[in-house]
Amino acid sequence: MKNSKRLLAGPYLFWAVSFIIIPLIMIFYYGLTDNDGKFTWMNLAKITTPENLKALGLALLLAFVSTVICLVLAYPLAMILAGRNVNQSSFVVLIFILPMWMNFLLRTLAWQNLLEKNGVINSVLHFFGLPSWNVINTPTAIILGMVYNFLPFMVLPIYNVLVKIDKDVISAARDLGAGNIQTFTKIILPLSVPGIISGITMVFVPALTTFVISNLLGGSKILLIGNVIEQEFQQGSNWHVGSGLSLVLMIFIIASMALIAKYDKDGEGTAF
Amino acid sequence: MPNKLIDIVGVSKSYGDNLVLDDLNLYIRENEFLTLLGPSGCGKTTLLRILGGFENPDSGKVIFDGKDITSLAPNKRQLNTVFQKYALFTHMTIAENIAFGLKIKGKSKSYIDDKIHYALKLVNLEGYQNRYPDSLSGGQQQRIAIARAIVNEPKVLLLDEPLGALDLKLRQDMQYELIRLKNELGITFIYVTHDQEEALTMSDTIVVMNQGYIQQIGTPEDIYNEPENAFVADFIGDSNIFNAIMVRDKLVNIVGAEFPCVDTGFGTNKPVDAVIRPEDIDLVKPEEGTLKGVVTHLIFKGVHYEMEVLANNYEWLVHSTDMFPVGTEVGIHVDPFDIQIMKKPESEDEEAVGIEE
Repeated sequence: MKNSKRLLAGPYLFWAVSFIIIPLIMIFYYGLTDNDGKFTWMNLAKITTPENLKALGLALLLAFVSTVICLVLAYPLAMILAGRNVNQSSFVVLIFILPMWMNFLLRTLAWQNLLEKNGVINSVLHFFGLPSWNVINTPTAIILGMVYNFLPFMVLPIYNVLVKIDKDVISAARDLGAGNIQTFTKIILPLSVPGIISGITMVFVPALTTFVISNLLGGSKILLIGNVIEQEFQQGSNWHVGSGLSLVLMIFIIASMALIAKYDKDGEGTAF
Repeated sequence: MPNKLIDIVGVSKSYGDNLVLDDLNLYIRENEFLTLLGPSGCGKTTLLRILGGFENPDSGKVIFDGKDITSLAPNKRQLNTVFQKYALFTHMTIAENIAFGLKIKGKSKSYIDDKIHYALKLVNLEGYQNRYPDSLSGGQQQRIAIARAIVNEPKVLLLDEPLGALDLKLRQDMQYELIRLKNELGITFIYVTHDQEEALTMSDTIVVMNQGYIQQIGTPEDIYNEPENAFVADFIGDSNIFNAIMVRDKLVNIVGAEFPCVDTGFGTNKPVDAVIRPEDIDLVKPEEGTLKGVVTHLIFKGVHYEMEVLANNYEWLVHSTDMFPVGTEVGIHVDPFDIQIMKKPESEDEEAVGIEE
């Protein structure tokens, strides 16, 4: 019985070893060796060059701003969805995730089309005699693309925790004298922290590592750390430096997650 | 008689086509332990939610202490609710849960600390203030929910089937606990349950409800001994309910045998409902009874034996401390005052249908 259950895990085990564990080992290997296969920290140290530091800093900043915007947009939406009955909310959720059924690249290309110098938005502006909006190839365009692509990943986890809050708990807060705002700040918000944390994770990590969005909407002028790594692999064919920078990025992601998790723990103690 | 504290005047409520409460009138006195009793879907919880302010009635008024509070928000009402599944705040400690209402009212820290101490002592959970709700058993959580409500010194405590999720032994202990609490606090309890035993044990007044209508209001003794209709008789305790004919005053024909009774004023040869409690039926020697029958079932119940006696094609449910083996011929005797005669319901509205439990 136990053996047959283990057998069932076989296909996934094979998958995980082949496509997760071995590639990860290879990244570590390339990241920590030079061209002659000797151990070195040099690839990791490449992050300290001014242009790489700038790319990392900008990536952190843009990912942070996008995450904040997503949170501000997603929380009220998730609350509205959670307050409705299943039929109504499933329709709104459907409208909401419909774009996600289209290819990610296509959607980002569509944004490029919208924002271009002679794109849809500027055509409309010209038609009304308004000055054009030179947004393409700026950080703002990248943030727009990130928010658009990653917003659903913020809404869904928050929605999921909000619908699970017992209605009686909210009634109890009202019963004990809390007004709408107090009920929100003292009950609903603290109880939805796990959803917020998982939403932040699901937006911040892909936003920090993306290179497609910055390629298409940032042109070649704006380099994020994702673009730098991509170039090392693609154009420079320098797998060692690319892997080294990937490892640094990984450290940053783990550090951010640890920071959030620590903040969460503190939050529980002082929620009241 | 203490004053009326709450007056419910002509309250109706429906959800879509489903009429949950129909023109309901009821008043509740100060310091009363009043129980709303009925099967699920009878409207008792809706009525409680209207009192708590969580639902607005479609029509009618709720008067509290002389003031109309029908559309007042729940946080502005001088009453507190204990919810069925406790509804504790899981992200707060027990002390923070209990302090919630007091902090919102801006009470001082020392006042709040005193109250937490007092409330935990009252519900026998001293020393639990720094625990989280998830680490408590169901019974303990329910007591915290009660503590959280009563520290606000409400004039009325609303309890929505608070013992429903507890096991039998704990439920019985909690019943006594609630009675003690009510006496110590000297406030009004409005209690919702579908459990007739709970209602009989704790209440000063029982309001039996079915399908949005009040079927009977009375003390536990009234409700048990003098049910007003077949629904109440059937819902409260075990009973034998017969389609009977009132032959004349003080004589009723039940399944073909004539029994003397004490009721008058039903007319002559009128169809009525007759109720006889199983413990009020005396089994005697066949020739001494009003009716002869044969014991068909016998179950030992602990306190008494439960028997079914087939007589005139009807299975009579009998509770007795004397045992008659299956197959014994017995006579059935009922004292006149143990027969309860009730008018048949005249309209559909009055009709008491379908007990879900």
